[in-house]
Amino acid sequence: MDVSRRTVLKAQAAAAAAAVAGIDLPAEAQNLAAGEDIALKWSKAPCRFCGTGCGVMVGVKDGRVVATHGDMQAEVNRGLNCVKGYFLSKIMYGADRLTRPLMRVRDGKFDKSAELQPVSWDQAFDEMARQWKRVLREKGPKAVGMFGSGQWTIFEGYAATKLMRAGFRSNNLDPNARHCMASAAVGFIRTFGMDEPMGCYDDFEHADAFVLWGSNMAEMHPILWTRVIDRRLSAPHVRIATLSTYGHRTTELSDQSLIFQPGTDLAILNFVASYIIQNGAVNRDFVDRHVKFRIANTDIGYGLRPEHVLEQRASHADEAAVSQPSDFDAYARMVSDYNLEKTAELTGVSKERLLTLAKMYADPKTKVMSLWTMGLNQHVRGVWANHLIYNIHLLTGKISEPGNSPFSLTGQPSACGTAREVGTFAHRLPADMQVNNPEHRKHAEEIWKLPPGLLNGEIGYHAVLQDRMLKDGKLNAYWIMCNNNLQTAPNTNNETYPGYRNPANFIVCSDPYPTVTAMAADVVLPTAMWVEKEGAYGNAERRTHMWRQLVNAPGDARSDLWQLMEFSKRFTTDEVWAPDTLTAHPEYKGKSLFDVLWRNGSVDAFGLDEIGADHENVESKRFGFYVQKGLFEEYAAFGRGHGHDLAPFDRYHEVRGLRWPVVDGKETRWRYREGHDPYVEKGAGWQFYGNPDRRAVVMAAPYEPPAEAPDQEYDLWLVTGRVLEHWHSGSMTMRVPELYRAFTGAVMFMHPDDAQKRGLRRGQEVRIVSRRGEIRSRVETRGRNTMPPGRVFVPFFDASQLINKATLDATDPISKQTDFKKCAVKVIGVAMTERGAE
Amino acid sequence: MRRLLLSASAAWLVAGALFAQEAPRLTGPEPFNKETPAPPMQRQVTDDFRRKRNYPDQPPLIPHSIEGYALDLNANKCLACHARKFTEQSQAPMISVTHYQDREGNTLGGVSPRRYSCLACHVPQTGAQPLVPNTFVDMDALVEREPRGR
Repeated sequence: MDVSRRTVLKAQAAAAAAAVAGIDLPAEAQNLAAGEDIALKWSKAPCRFCGTGCGVMVGVKDGRVVATHGDMQAEVNRGLNCVKGYFLSKIMYGADRLTRPLMRVRDGKFDKSAELQPVSWDQAFDEMARQWKRVLREKGPKAVGMFGSGQWTIFEGYAATKLMRAGFRSNNLDPNARHCMASAAVGFIRTFGMDEPMGCYDDFEHADAFVLWGSNMAEMHPILWTRVIDRRLSAPHVRIATLSTYGHRTTELSDQSLIFQPGTDLAILNFVASYIIQNGAVNRDFVDRHVKFRIANTDIGYGLRPEHVLEQRASHADEAAVSQPSDFDAYARMVSDYNLEKTAELTGVSKERLLTLAKMYADPKTKVMSLWTMGLNQHVRGVWANHLIYNIHLLTGKISEPGNSPFSLTGQPSACGTAREVGTFAHRLPADMQVNNPEHRKHAEEIWKLPPGLLNGEIGYHAVLQDRMLKDGKLNAYWIMCNNNLQTAPNTNNETYPGYRNPANFIVCSDPYPTVTAMAADVVLPTAMWVEKEGAYGNAERRTHMWRQLVNAPGDARSDLWQLMEFSKRFTTDEVWAPDTLTAHPEYKGKSLFDVLWRNGSVDAFGLDEIGADHENVESKRFGFYVQKGLFEEYAAFGRGHGHDLAPFDRYHEVRGLRWPVVDGKETRWRYREGHDPYVEKGAGWQFYGNPDRRAVVMAAPYEPPAEAPDQEYDLWLVTGRVLEHWHSGSMTMRVPELYRAFTGAVMFMHPDDAQKRGLRRGQEVRIVSRRGEIRSRVETRGRNTMPPGRVFVPFFDASQLINKATLDATDPISKQTDFKKCAVKVIGVAMTERGAE
Repeated sequence: MRRLLLSASAAWLVAGALFAQEAPRLTGPEPFNKETPAPPMQRQVTDDFRRKRNYPDQPPLIPHSIEGYALDLNANKCLACHARKFTEQSQAPMISVTHYQDREGNTLGGVSPRRYSCLACHVPQTGAQPLVPNTFVDMDALVEREPRGR
């Protein structure tokens, strides 16, 4: 732009002069449109991005989204959005939207080695059905699978879980949420017997101290961060402490930052617990009445392939989830190992800072909100780390009341609502039930009106295992929906890509855009997104919120829900269920999966007239009944009456979301607490009723080292993550010009001394090399992140810098969540000669 | 393969040639395991020239460098020019009136603390060409397309 500021000022001055001269222009010349012309139709929707669940008002004109702004009525954000949310208007309009199905075709037939070409929906579905039937016939339900998403709507996740588990009788269904909060979910179940936080966002306005354990909220949950900062600046006594392995925007705005050696947060957590015990800060009455103690198996491995030396060497790799009953004294002895000296030395955090932190928790008058995300969950001991935070809150009784709140933040808009509550994990059913529990399966079969014994009790393949099984040729028909796994899975060069291109496998990818994953698939299905369909999400504070379809998707693009239901028409029960099931229950014989799954009297219970004349609804019109309402009401039957209660469907279209359990029309802000949670009995104070004895678990677990650490050759820690302006793999935000220009490509953040030691300058091209793979990037020694020597940070949004070629597929062995924050790399300058050769 | 995929989409036909060079940033290298050079880092826009907003509620973009700006509990360099009381000296645009309201919409006597993290909503820009056009339509274009007799 070469218009100078001076030219602009001159032009403005001229206009002002004309105005002063009193020249009266005729009304037409003012060009002010009015009335109907400028009227926009405004509707509510949740934001499409993170797990915060901000309310957005969406302005539509002539069938297009033309504006969005923060919803003043939404309690979560009260009129604010982050920059991504403010640009939601443009995420659907990237010029390369997929508008027709694509398939690898040669001479009119599917050929895995051919190029992707446009085909009809019928051609795509016919080939998919042929492949699914072949694989089911040859290998059975264990060889088909689906990788879904915490960005699926609740309806989509519920339809997927029914189609996979009841239709194909396979539990090889897992969401990408496995990569982002499986450790948190497993931690909740193991501690409280029920998933999801007891507190809610109202805690932000009540806490005296905020402690962030591995969360860069200023970038990753910016709107929740505005509530933290609002509280901090409005009440001068409030303090913020942030723990991280490097400095960032959140540490800059904190009173205290604790930069620790990667993985040693476990030691800091145990030190805090020990300090509480040693200084008489245990809330004895609370502990005696509401807590029990257990001790975890140790030396549990790293979730790598079983033949890996680290798994061979681990004494409890096969019993990682096992724990034994214990007591307070044994627990106190265990944590007493983590004294101030030892902890300071191991973690690299000063004694003074460790003590300040411990005192926040120990002071009975300070209400503490602990917050965490990927730093804690993407951790080879992520489940333990979650336990260790609960331990501190349970020892002090600082839980389930306004301001005292261990609070797990989520990264995806419906990680809670869809991945966890609906239960799209390989081991779960709706409402916290488990596939390997016969009672739970029986209950599901009853609600789904399916033959008893139909459901498969074997836990399916989790995310990382799906990739391994694809590579090994044991999982052969695979549908990827609503995620970009080839960009975001760990160790992609060795463990993900080979499986997608394995000639034994048939890979389908549903996406609005041609992503890295779509380009490697055999069939690509064009997908409707966000307000192109009716939807429901569940955010991090148990808030279920809904939106209507506001515009139509381009071309032949259709929602995941439409795709799942339409695909089910191509199968009959005889083709996919065991013969003895059908012999015992002949009334199901010869029926299509569409009929048994959706035309079952409950999913199809509501007519099109209930949608309302004002609203488009592509799926319902296609199938002849109000699909979303039917799915929701059937799903809600799983949770009503035992702590997961949802309100009637229609109410969610009226309000800005409700936090479950919703009992007698009222939402619940603090669970397990008398006076707030209707499930807690009078006089009990607290009841952790997810567990039969109503006690929460304090789990003793030690510090154990990461799977890989820098050595002489691979001498740097690699940390991966996000930036504020881009969301996950960038498939939406990289197509919004303003967001793209705000953070134009990935860079490698590095300490200036580390750069200098390697003879590197800012902006120089480098290779980032691990034992598994390498990428090229650019050195950044300034900017928003402050790296300590020995650590580099690379975001994963840029498809031209696929940093997950370098990451390690080590997981928490209990939750199977990948550790994307800790592996070893070396960094080498790209020599001029090499560049010259290109 | 990319070429064929491009031809699948009409929009790409127009845009393809122009933007293909940067396409790996959206679709990845082809094939996946091919090594990709990293494009040079882009320079920040520092021309101080206001960009039109896509719609009235869009937070304005930052047309100047913010390198080294302090944004911590002691100092907020952005407010040192854009807060109401400093705009006469700085001639910088005043932050919006909404920034003087609390969560409930009550107007305060100063900037609301919830608006302290300026960079959550306002971002600087580089001079990079978009990877792919965005077909978002400005509401003005829709309004102008259907003039009514007045």
